[in-house]
Amino acid sequence: MSVQTHIPATAMASRPAAAGTHGTKMVARDVKVFYGAKQALKGINLDIQENRVMALIGPSGCGKSTFLRCLNRMNDTIENCRVEGLIALDGEDVYGKNIDAVQLRARVGMVFQKPNPFPKSIYDNIAYGPRIHGIASHRDEMDEIVQTSLKRAGLWNEVKDRLREPGTGLSGGQQQRLCIARAIAVSPEVILMDEPCSALDPIATAHIEELIDELRENYTIVIVTHNMQQAARVSQKTAFFHLGDMVECDDTEEIFTNPRDERTQGYITGRYG
Amino acid sequence: MQLTVLLIILALLTVIGYQMGRSRAVASVGGRIVELHSVPSYHGFYVALWAGLPALLLFAFWGASEGWLVMQMVLAGLPDRLVQGDAQAIGLLRADILNLAHGVTTGREPDPEVVAAAERYVRLHALGDWSLLVIGCCIAIGGLLYARGRIDPDLRARNRVERTANIALVICSLVAILTTIGIVLSLLFEAMRFFAVVNPLEFLFGTHWSPQMAMRADQVGSSGSFGAIPLFAGTLLITGIAMAVAVPVGLMSAIFMSEYASPGLRTWLKPILEILAGIPTVVYGFFAALTMAPFVRNVGGSLGLDVSSESALAAGIVMGVMIIPFVSSLSDDVINAVPQSLRDGSYGLGATKSETIRLVVLPAALPGIVAAVMLAVSRAIGETMIVTMAAGLTANLTANPLDAVTTVTTQIATLLVGDQEFDSPKTLSAFGLGLVLFAVTLTLNMVALRVVQKYREKYD
Repeated sequence: MSVQTHIPATAMASRPAAAGTHGTKMVARDVKVFYGAKQALKGINLDIQENRVMALIGPSGCGKSTFLRCLNRMNDTIENCRVEGLIALDGEDVYGKNIDAVQLRARVGMVFQKPNPFPKSIYDNIAYGPRIHGIASHRDEMDEIVQTSLKRAGLWNEVKDRLREPGTGLSGGQQQRLCIARAIAVSPEVILMDEPCSALDPIATAHIEELIDELRENYTIVIVTHNMQQAARVSQKTAFFHLGDMVECDDTEEIFTNPRDERTQGYITGRYG
Repeated sequence: MQLTVLLIILALLTVIGYQMGRSRAVASVGGRIVELHSVPSYHGFYVALWAGLPALLLFAFWGASEGWLVMQMVLAGLPDRLVQGDAQAIGLLRADILNLAHGVTTGREPDPEVVAAAERYVRLHALGDWSLLVIGCCIAIGGLLYARGRIDPDLRARNRVERTANIALVICSLVAILTTIGIVLSLLFEAMRFFAVVNPLEFLFGTHWSPQMAMRADQVGSSGSFGAIPLFAGTLLITGIAMAVAVPVGLMSAIFMSEYASPGLRTWLKPILEILAGIPTVVYGFFAALTMAPFVRNVGGSLGLDVSSESALAAGIVMGVMIIPFVSSLSDDVINAVPQSLRDGSYGLGATKSETIRLVVLPAALPGIVAAVMLAVSRAIGETMIVTMAAGLTANLTANPLDAVTTVTTQIATLLVGDQEFDSPKTLSAFGLGLVLFAVTLTLNMVALRVVQKYREKYD
């Protein structure tokens, strides 16, 4: 992987210099994950702040996707995966007895590495979540939700004349924005993104990155990425993962200009990863 | 005898040819194999092919034409008074000669000329076999030497061997295709003979089936009426009942196996379900006739219904059970082929497992499931044994599943069982039915294939 040590000044400048105070949306305390006998995460402590973008970076296999999937209990679908420790959303333990994983996922949405639109029309892709949660009571309301979601995802102008065509017929970047719109449609509080641009070309990537920046106003976003310029461009906080440990978490600018740990330094300067 | 010897010699020659070609190729570059255009083994195959193939082709040609050639020579040597006459007389003469030559005694005293001809036939035949042996060996050795002489570091042995292999593959697939065409044509021609006697419209739209032809003009009760509608209706009824059993049960067991069952359970369940597919249909027939039919009649009786002892319902249910593994196995495969990312996407939006299956997995797998059901239908339509044993032979035109009905396949089986004369409409009607059956199943299979091709989502 070719990694540039120099982060373009423009990318840094495009971020707001200093944000106001942000409440803590999610908390992870001593989170350990085991796949069978193999330990994937070795006690992660992390605070995720409201209405900000947190980037998780680190070499392949370091556990950042595993951690992301703990936040909305997507790991539940994997056999013999065991999670220990505390993960809280608004102060409530998400692995607690009175939290249902299904309802949790409606509050903590997810966008995946590969665009995965359902083999349905564009409209039905967006309406899928609202329908299963009974959010819209009649047609006009649903139309409204579909339109707002597509507009927020910056896809409305491109697809408004072909809402009945299959979502799989869109280009890769459009499909990914469709998936983001689909996640927005159930009005989640947190959106998790697992390398959302790794299957896209640079122009589509730029689109998604702009979108992430806009979504920050209304949602809390956690994004896993392999692309360090991307982390620098879109996030306010960055956490560096290495071999199942969370090595360092700080303001993005701090991590990229003045890393405290030499492993972080090694990774962002491209010595490994 | 000579032919066996020839085949053994040919086998030996190809093995020798392979070794010779190989070693000569290696020797031609003094052991530096990289200088060869092709690897030594291709040179070996090249020589082996030259040694074996031409002789084998001769052998095949000889096998196909020898009998005819020898017979022509024998007939040419007979006096004119025997050879005169129409084609039938000559055919008889040939049969006589062949019988005598093979030592089969005929009832009447043979003409001495014919006896002589038979002896000549035997002599020529033996001569032919010996000459085949000699010529075959010569050709094989000639081919071997020729190919060996051509071995050279620059010889494109690989390309030639692979082209030969390609041709062999094409010939094999042609055999399969030609066999199919042959079967269809024979069906078609026999059916034409039937339709020359019975009006196709009467056959396709008549409502009375009674394939008894009168032997004498004044015979009673043998009207000979060939209206196949009752058979089609019976087939449809039984197929419908079978699908009503097989589709829900098969589909749901497929969903259970692919989505809910733990891997451990799955490794047990799937083979057990597939045992159902391995049971011979005759055994299903026993089950239908001896267990299911009385059961259906008893249950019907206790409900105050009049159930025939050979009911369409019993046969249909058992046929449905037979088809379950067909539906479940194919559906299981298509459901498993739906990518995990779609399920994840659905779970990520807060959908439950059953919502995900109902709204995402099944719609995505639907084309494949439709195709599986269509294949199952054509299987049900073609099934014979269960219906023969459990549903009876009465050609009733009814939609009542408690009545006895009969199906197209059962009628074909009954029409052709036992001693039959192959020129009566009764026997020929089997070919008419077969043609209709073939057309229906072919259409179903083609539709199924098209459905799959058209609606298959491309997941990469």
